[in-house]
Amino acid sequence: MGVSDWIRSWPVYRQLTGADRLGRGDAAASPQSRERQPRTADADRVAASVCPYCAVGCAQNVYVGSDAAGERVLQIEGNPDSPVSRGRLCPKGSASKQLVTGDHREDRVLYRPAYGTEWQELDLPTAMDMLADRVLDARRKGWQETDAHGNPLRRTQGIASLGGATLDNEENYLIKKLFTALGAVQIENQARI
Amino acid sequence: MGSNMAEAHPVGFQWVMEAKTRGATVLHIDPRFTRTSALADKHVPLRAGSDIAFLGGVINHILSNDLDFREYVQAYTNASFLVSEEFVDTEDLDGLFSGYDPDTSTYDTSTWQYENGFPEDSVEGDRHREQSAGEQHGSGGPKLESGTGIATDETLQHPRCVFQILKRHFSRYTPEMVERICGVSRDDFLEVCRAWTSASGREHTAALVYSVGWTQHSMGAQYIRAGAIIQLLLGNIGRPGGGVLALRGHASIQGSTDIPTLYNLLPGYLPMPDARHAGKADYVESIRGTHQKGYWHNADDYLVSLLKEYWGEAASEENDYRFDYLPRIDGDHGTYRTVMDMIDGKVFGYFLLGQNPAVGSAHGRLQRLGMANLDWLVVRDLTMIESAEFWRNAPEIETGEIVAEQCRTEVFFFPAASHVEKEGTFTQTQRMLQWRDRAVEPRGDQRSELWFIYHLGRLLRRKLARSTDDRDRPLQDLAWDYRTEGDGDFPEPSADDVLRRINGVDLTTGELLDSYLQLRSDGTTAAGCWIYSGVYAGGVNRARNRTARTEQDETALEWGWAWPANRRVLYNRASADPQGRPWSERKKLVWWDAERGEWTGHDVPDFPKTTPPGFEPEYGEAGPGALAGDDPFIMQADGKAWLFAPSGVVDGPLPTHYEPHESPMPNLLYGQQGSPARKVYSRADNPSNPAPPESGGEVFPFVFTAARLTEHHTAGGMSRQLAYLSELQPALFVEVSPQLAAERGLTNLDWAHVVTSRAAVDARVLVTERMRPLRLDGRVVHQVWMPYHWGPSGKVDGDIVNDLLGVVLDPNTLIQESKVATCDIRPGRRPRGRELLEYLAEYRRRAGVTVATGSHVLTADTAGSDAAAPGMTVSDATVSDRPAPDTTAPDTTDREEDA
Ligand code: SF4
Repeated sequence: MGVSDWIRSWPVYRQLTGADRLGRGDAAASPQSRERQPRTADADRVAASVCPYCAVGCAQNVYVGSDAAGERVLQIEGNPDSPVSRGRLCPKGSASKQLVTGDHREDRVLYRPAYGTEWQELDLPTAMDMLADRVLDARRKGWQETDAHGNPLRRTQGIASLGGATLDNEENYLIKKLFTALGAVQIENQARI
Repeated sequence: MGSNMAEAHPVGFQWVMEAKTRGATVLHIDPRFTRTSALADKHVPLRAGSDIAFLGGVINHILSNDLDFREYVQAYTNASFLVSEEFVDTEDLDGLFSGYDPDTSTYDTSTWQYENGFPEDSVEGDRHREQSAGEQHGSGGPKLESGTGIATDETLQHPRCVFQILKRHFSRYTPEMVERICGVSRDDFLEVCRAWTSASGREHTAALVYSVGWTQHSMGAQYIRAGAIIQLLLGNIGRPGGGVLALRGHASIQGSTDIPTLYNLLPGYLPMPDARHAGKADYVESIRGTHQKGYWHNADDYLVSLLKEYWGEAASEENDYRFDYLPRIDGDHGTYRTVMDMIDGKVFGYFLLGQNPAVGSAHGRLQRLGMANLDWLVVRDLTMIESAEFWRNAPEIETGEIVAEQCRTEVFFFPAASHVEKEGTFTQTQRMLQWRDRAVEPRGDQRSELWFIYHLGRLLRRKLARSTDDRDRPLQDLAWDYRTEGDGDFPEPSADDVLRRINGVDLTTGELLDSYLQLRSDGTTAAGCWIYSGVYAGGVNRARNRTARTEQDETALEWGWAWPANRRVLYNRASADPQGRPWSERKKLVWWDAERGEWTGHDVPDFPKTTPPGFEPEYGEAGPGALAGDDPFIMQADGKAWLFAPSGVVDGPLPTHYEPHESPMPNLLYGQQGSPARKVYSRADNPSNPAPPESGGEVFPFVFTAARLTEHHTAGGMSRQLAYLSELQPALFVEVSPQLAAERGLTNLDWAHVVTSRAAVDARVLVTERMRPLRLDGRVVHQVWMPYHWGPSGKVDGDIVNDLLGVVLDPNTLIQESKVATCDIRPGRRPRGRELLEYLAEYRRRAGVTVATGSHVLTADTAGSDAAAPGMTVSDATVSDRPAPDTTAPDTTDREEDA
């Protein structure tokens, strides 16, 4: 590059001669930072979502892009339209991209047999079928038709469940409905805790 | 109070700061100095577990200085109602109310009724407690036989009117008492009183915020009652800028209460039926009074619509809509009782659906020993959590109490889909439903709970298709025909279809319902959760509404959908005066438009739309038509807010200060030490630290409390695996004052361990002046606190703080007292392995802890009766360590006082 180009590439020169007199924007930008793009730039679409942690319910925009492996989450940001959160997210909400894309996520069914010391892999349909048999067995073992006075109970004390506060309303609805039809009553979640 | 909003609900706290910049005064009354305190105008520290004494002091201050909003109180609360002659207050019974049964430690609430209100049905108090009956009034208030015809004294002078009873009950909650019990100076206390009362009235409102710092106590519901009484006396309910705001801790914990995965509730706060309900009619009679006012009177419409959604065609008038298909409860089936039943070998299978009790529930050891004694355990989560791996990483492995080769529990781990990989609604803390779109598909075996439950149900139904056993009929007849998306044997069910059915349909036309007012008990409507009816009003998924805040007013009715009927401020009829005019121009929300003959305003009016302000119902009228024009509390049986609760609260009609189950202090107000109706499980595996009048408490001299950090989430399953969050908060610590550090030889950043009769837990010491020793009744009491997010798994690990706690419950909610206990703290790390068990046994020996410790709940001087508890009996066997390593044999030394 020539001398004048060289001088012009100097940030102080740009700061003194350009519009950015405070040197906090354009004047200070290197070619490298000028080429940078927000992670969201490559997104094909944005899905409306809600933070999965606390009950404030901050609105999230989930930026989705795709590559050879398929669609993936590029970034999760606060949605500025929300009257609750006005686009803000706390450290947990801000980390939720890592929550959903991190390598800590399990993606295989695992099974530990009675007295076992290691996990084994199991395919999903087999696991579901094994479980269905066990549910019927536990239900039968804990069945109570009536109480001591002959009042109907029509329930099982053999099956318990805990969880729901991190799940969707639709999911909780099916959980309660199925377990009620099975006669299982010890159905609980974090709201008790 | 009882909330660290800046750190636990950070983004919500921006509105507190916004209010502050607009001139609001922010007071933080909480044991710990936190970031909330730092940003408040004033922080008032008080002893953990003493909030009712403080709030009672505020009530007394208001009443003895005539600072209540008298017009509001007279018109909208039950202040003028007369209470039965048989009612006796704690003033006269040394801390007990009338109706106490020392054998069951429960109340018969019949003497708490209004005069000429009909007596309640004779369901005993113990059954109410076992079924957590106090919690079953989440939408409809407790039952009264009649909502009209109650004797009143409008002058509020009658000695048996609620107002005078309130005055007498709280008269001993003086500033001096507050100082001695809470450790709050008289000046600080009066400053809070002045700020609170001067920010209330016609022109002003004050909001009260609480979180689990209030609920997780053996009298948590009464903490909230006390706060509500203040807010009612000051006219702060149903008005903009007022209210009692519960900040809930999980994305959809409100939703999981509304559409409950809870043993004692059906959707919409319909109670689970009891073994003694003969049939549907009997059940409906028991949950609402024949002549009571308001919308809960229509409970039959809500129930039949639910049964029609559950059993579709199979539910008809001839078969009582298959009410008989519902399983019955007859006692305590709560999560803690259930875990003890696991240890005792009475439960065979356990589902954990996005929950990690090995770390997150009180008394973690009990939780893990329960899991180790099952036929099978299912864990569904995003990541490998402690509850799935207790057989190889529980602390009991080290002590030899759990040995993998001897542990019979089969464990199935199913990976879950995350919030961006499935669609559906969360209900946030202001009852607002927000729909999430699915952003991407889950990987591998990851599936939603919707998928899991739907297909489990499908498989079960297939396996039982040919069964002729009567018990399988509810499953065979179940309406399980939800729409699915995609193909294959296991397609994804449609959350949208489930939400439509929750909203409800008119079965004669197939149209979606617009509101719960359309529900019928004649089988022509089906709706899964009556309070959610309207989320699909007009055939539109309103939970998906996303009109930007800049394009609507600040009530923001076009963002999401709040139950009921998209009302944002509950009971907002009270924002207008009895004549229907706003109390003041500044605090205008909903008012009567005389010209159009209807209620109108910025919010959806929470009142029958065309009932004029001056309307008076006929005597004996029932239901919504019985609501007078000045009955804003439309879900209450009498249309009024209850300063005094004649029914529905099982441990007293008024809040009363009792000491926590474990406390270094005697109760300075009454002979009754702890809550007389708290639920205690006396078992060898659930020991209590001694509290006065028992001796031995000095072995655990400090007050312990636990709380959250911003950077972690509850049991850590969604945060300890994340590098960002783990880096921000890498280690478990215990925060102590410089004075306590000097007293116990603790050094900042060095190790210490905290000890209770249940466990010892290692943590780094954090010495700060944020923890202030309290001067109480002439003595100094130290408090310590720990965050509870750590466990053995994850990028950052640590001991399990919940192991320190025992199980003792609030009788209204069956929620555990985990916000206060007593403890010891020592420098250095705890012993490990078998030595740890010996170390704890030695602590228990020194403190004289037996199975009976803490079990004699009655300590009031019930003169003239021989019912007084011995209180100090220590003849029971000393708590022994459980035989290791076999955890399958029921411990025959257990004794259950609650059974
Ligand atoms: S971003 Fe933070 S404050 Fe907002 S919902 Fe999530 S956890 Fe709560």
